[in-house]
Amino acid sequence: MIKDVFSPSRRGFLGLAGGAAALSAMGAAKPATAAVQTKARVVIVGSGAAGTGLVNRLVQRLDGAQITIVDGRKQHWYQPGFTLIAAGLKNADYSVSGTGDWLPTGVNWVEDYAAAIDPEAQRVTTVGGEAIEYDYLVVATGLKLDWGAIEGFSLDQVGQNGLGAVYAGPDYAAKTWAAMDQFTEKGGVALFGRPATEMKCAGAPLKYTFLTDDYLRKKGTREASQIIYAANNKGLFSVPVVNEKVKLLFGDRGFETRYDHVLTGIDAGTRTAYFRTPEQHSVDKNGIVTVTPASERKIEFDFTNVIPPMVAPDVVRESGLAWEDKWVGQGWLEVDQQTLRHRRYANVFGLGDIAGVPKGKTAASVKWQIPVVEDHLVAAIEGKDGTEIYNGYTSCPLITKVGRAMLVEFDYENRLTPSFPGVIAPLEELWISWLMKEIALKPTYNAMLRGKA
Amino acid sequence: MKQLTFETLIAVFEEIFGRGLFWTMVAVAVVVTLAYLYVLIRDRHLSARKFLLAQMFMPLGAIASVIFVQRVTHSSFADIGGPVDWIVLLGVAGAGAVGTAILVYTVQSLTKGRQTAE
Repeated sequence: MIKDVFSPSRRGFLGLAGGAAALSAMGAAKPATAAVQTKARVVIVGSGAAGTGLVNRLVQRLDGAQITIVDGRKQHWYQPGFTLIAAGLKNADYSVSGTGDWLPTGVNWVEDYAAAIDPEAQRVTTVGGEAIEYDYLVVATGLKLDWGAIEGFSLDQVGQNGLGAVYAGPDYAAKTWAAMDQFTEKGGVALFGRPATEMKCAGAPLKYTFLTDDYLRKKGTREASQIIYAANNKGLFSVPVVNEKVKLLFGDRGFETRYDHVLTGIDAGTRTAYFRTPEQHSVDKNGIVTVTPASERKIEFDFTNVIPPMVAPDVVRESGLAWEDKWVGQGWLEVDQQTLRHRRYANVFGLGDIAGVPKGKTAASVKWQIPVVEDHLVAAIEGKDGTEIYNGYTSCPLITKVGRAMLVEFDYENRLTPSFPGVIAPLEELWISWLMKEIALKPTYNAMLRGKA
Repeated sequence: MKQLTFETLIAVFEEIFGRGLFWTMVAVAVVVTLAYLYVLIRDRHLSARKFLLAQMFMPLGAIASVIFVQRVTHSSFADIGGPVDWIVLLGVAGAGAVGTAILVYTVQSLTKGRQTAE
């Protein structure tokens, strides 16, 4: 009797379980693109976010290719985490993993730095003297933080005398937190700014200004403090609409902005920062032109976050692959801004921070650039033309306090390109944007490294 | 965000919790859900008494899940900035409440066994 009651129910029960299993199987299914048969030699210089994310996709797209990745760095750094480390929310090891943890099998990892790239001979030479010939080259070296350009500053000073350097690495970010934590206990003058070169994550200097303000307020020392932001030019952010919003927030938080200040030196002993301001011309209502000559200014501080000029690594600057008439002296790779393909050497691509394109030096940009390079590279191997276009997408969860951020996304044309239009407003300080930065970003980044996003 | 597919979403969740923990949690959620469906089908009715007790645990589940999310994300109610934040907060609370209710109902049904209809 009981059995009779049960049997149809059990069938329904099993049916449900089967449905669930089918759903989960669907989730695991891979896109069914047949791998391209090739003997091509592909060399990727750099195993950061860009190189690693790309190589994990190339091994799925190419069958038989000899893929070599060249990088002497043993540690992989999750750089978007540096701000969280420097805000005391994560430990230094939050951003550290092993380069080898992310590299797929079947790829040759040359554990040495590239010393020379010869695009004519199609050859990369390592510091150790190993010569690697290629048919296709992807330059993904990242950039160089030019600490030497800040006179009087050295990284061993970080953590003392109110000196911070969030960009320098996970350990330096942690030391910066120690200095910021100490500073915010008592308050004083906090000085922030950004370099005059292209830079990665242009929002980071702003975030750290907001975070320091937040800690001062939480510790009740904001009234006894002054926050100065020394902008390198006449703006706070390159995207006009974001610039206006940041200006409003700076006003709201009581930050003092000094424009046209380019950091040139630091005196740790006297806690003084030196700046150069360029020559300026102003015209009054009577048409009289006043020329203010270039000058040196100094600002004394109790705490600062030093951000140096950012340039291409020497190996790229000396390769003949860099722009000569754009970003003079910075050495970014001369690529087409839509395809990321080198403008003079069709078998060379630039990916990530090194690419000489406006904007685009963030991990979010890399996420959008990888499929573009993948497409054009695989198409070239097949003897076809690629179709994917990079539109300059960059994203920045601009933290405005612990617990809130503005999700700012834009493209080459300075258009806002919200991922969640109508749901997450781009220029609003929201908790959900903070949640994305704190929880979802690193997993998304890791998924990108694995070639899955 | 580019290519937000179901697979990406799974990959992201695997990264948040670690592959092992994530799939364990999925398995636990599936087991609890299946157990819930099982007792519903077995008992052929929703016991009002068990459901009442389960409902009484709902506020607890809601509060616990909100506090959990706030703790792991270093945030507080003061960070709520717009309507979407309230929706997220209510979503977290709602998920916690419903999850707790299902769990409590299922545990009661499994431990106390089938009860006769009153």
